[in-house]
Amino acid sequence: MYQEVILDHYKNPHGRGLRDGDAEVHHVNPTCGDEITLRVKYDGTKIADVSYEGQGCSISQASASVLNELLVGKDVTEAQRIQETFLELMQSRGRIEPDDAMEEILEDAVVFAGVSKYPARVKCALLSWMAWKDATAQALGGAEAERKTA
Amino acid sequence: MTQLPGLLDTEAIRKDFPVLDRLVHDGRKLVYLDNAATSQKPRQVLDALSEYYERYNANVHRGVHVLAEEATALYEGARDKVAQFVNAPSRDEVIFTKNASESLNLVANMLGWAEEPYRVDHETEIVITEMEHHSNIVPWQLLAQRTGAKLKWFGLTDDGRLDLSNIDEVITEKTKIVSFVLVSNILGTVNPVEAIVRRAQEVGALVCIDASQAAPHMPLDVQALQADFVAFTGHKMCGPTGIGVLWGRQELLEDLPPFLGGGEMIETVSMHSSTYAPAPHKFEAGTPPIAQAVGLGAAIDYLQSIGMEKILAHEHALTEYAVQRLQKVPDLRIIGPTTAEDRGAAISFTLGDIHPHDVGQVLDEQGIAVRVGHHCARPVCLRYGIPATTRASFYLYSTPAEIDALVEGLEHVRNFFG
Repeated sequence: MYQEVILDHYKNPHGRGLRDGDAEVHHVNPTCGDEITLRVKYDGTKIADVSYEGQGCSISQASASVLNELLVGKDVTEAQRIQETFLELMQSRGRIEPDDAMEEILEDAVVFAGVSKYPARVKCALLSWMAWKDATAQALGGAEAERKTA
Repeated sequence: MTQLPGLLDTEAIRKDFPVLDRLVHDGRKLVYLDNAATSQKPRQVLDALSEYYERYNANVHRGVHVLAEEATALYEGARDKVAQFVNAPSRDEVIFTKNASESLNLVANMLGWAEEPYRVDHETEIVITEMEHHSNIVPWQLLAQRTGAKLKWFGLTDDGRLDLSNIDEVITEKTKIVSFVLVSNILGTVNPVEAIVRRAQEVGALVCIDASQAAPHMPLDVQALQADFVAFTGHKMCGPTGIGVLWGRQELLEDLPPFLGGGEMIETVSMHSSTYAPAPHKFEAGTPPIAQAVGLGAAIDYLQSIGMEKILAHEHALTEYAVQRLQKVPDLRIIGPTTAEDRGAAISFTLGDIHPHDVGQVLDEQGIAVRVGHHCARPVCLRYGIPATTRASFYLYSTPAEIDALVEGLEHVRNFFG
């Protein structure tokens, strides 16, 4: 579960800290008290920045760092595909062994495959990704925006 | 092996608990240090449960056949055992519930629907403390919201004790009920019952004690406590899940209204109105947790065969040893009293900046089961400025060697995330 890549991201997080954004959300994981405040900045449909501040376990913090590294600079459509693929992997209960195609989409995020075997920790890995989805819906004013800011 | 004065013969006791032999994670010995969440069950309790279902199963208080009478005798026999275990003046003061949460909710609802002089309304106050389990916070918040009563509480000192310095301002003539925990599930603190009860009695307030973390670990005497209500649960004291207890003073149980309505709690029913059975049945609507009550009775027999004083001494010795060893782990901060004095065997701590979920996961990989999170006592975490804690909690079968394993495990956690 604790892959080297996860520990690296945990110890040296990418893009941590709150910067200017178009929308801000605050999500919590009540079972363990992980919290994240996340802002997204868009340049048209391109993700200009994802900034965040939070506290929590190594899985939740590393996952936010990977998200920043993976999504910043991408177009929202591609980012949504990455988010959906990550969600599918995390909800697989360890049954998905990432193949080359999935690895190409998820890059560093494939290392969380092992976390999907631990039901209690899946929410930790998904926290920042659900926050990003929510913030993006707000920033881009999507009709089906799932607003659940706490 | 570490020898401490007051330890029980854990080698013999552990033979009664089949699950303690389990190997986890590729052959590692299970080190079960999550007893404040739930205890393991001895063979004697497991046998009582299966014997009940195999030989006696019937509904209680209603059949005339052999099994119904035997099942009723077993269920009511369990009530006798509980009454004797807590030194209740009368067996009719023992109400079976499904857990301590239901017991506490029952008290809150009795008072919300009561007539004077017990009635909680917008002119009255409810007092709790900042170290309560959510089960002794939320029922009172609900009661306060529904009645307009004011909810007040005692704060905590930096060393994890109740701050009673303003007791006369917190408990006043307006106070109707003071509800507090005897032993904190997160801090381990044993609270000074006498001082609180004295003040409550001065102003004529009722006293409710959450004894969930006390009943499994020490002699419990409801008469000595001088409380009006005492709540606890079976599964933390070697009994099955699904059975809790509310003890209440007889005259109160006679005066206070029922909460749940249904079968068994009535005297007569017409389409217009009903009259109620005397306590405790007035508060036990519907088919009760019969097998679970029988299991709790067997758990009480088991605990008393060892002796509650001896269990207390055993856990005190372990706590003293654990507090002393844990404090030598670098970056470890105990949240709660740092000595074994007036302290139970649940020890919460933080380990540097390492999140408790990571601590718990890496300990689990070594076979060590602890609890992580806010332990259903989030206000305590807020009070001490921490997101969560790791908690190790001991019971009558815990050993010094398991504390050694925990300390070694924590060293491994530090190296892993260091």
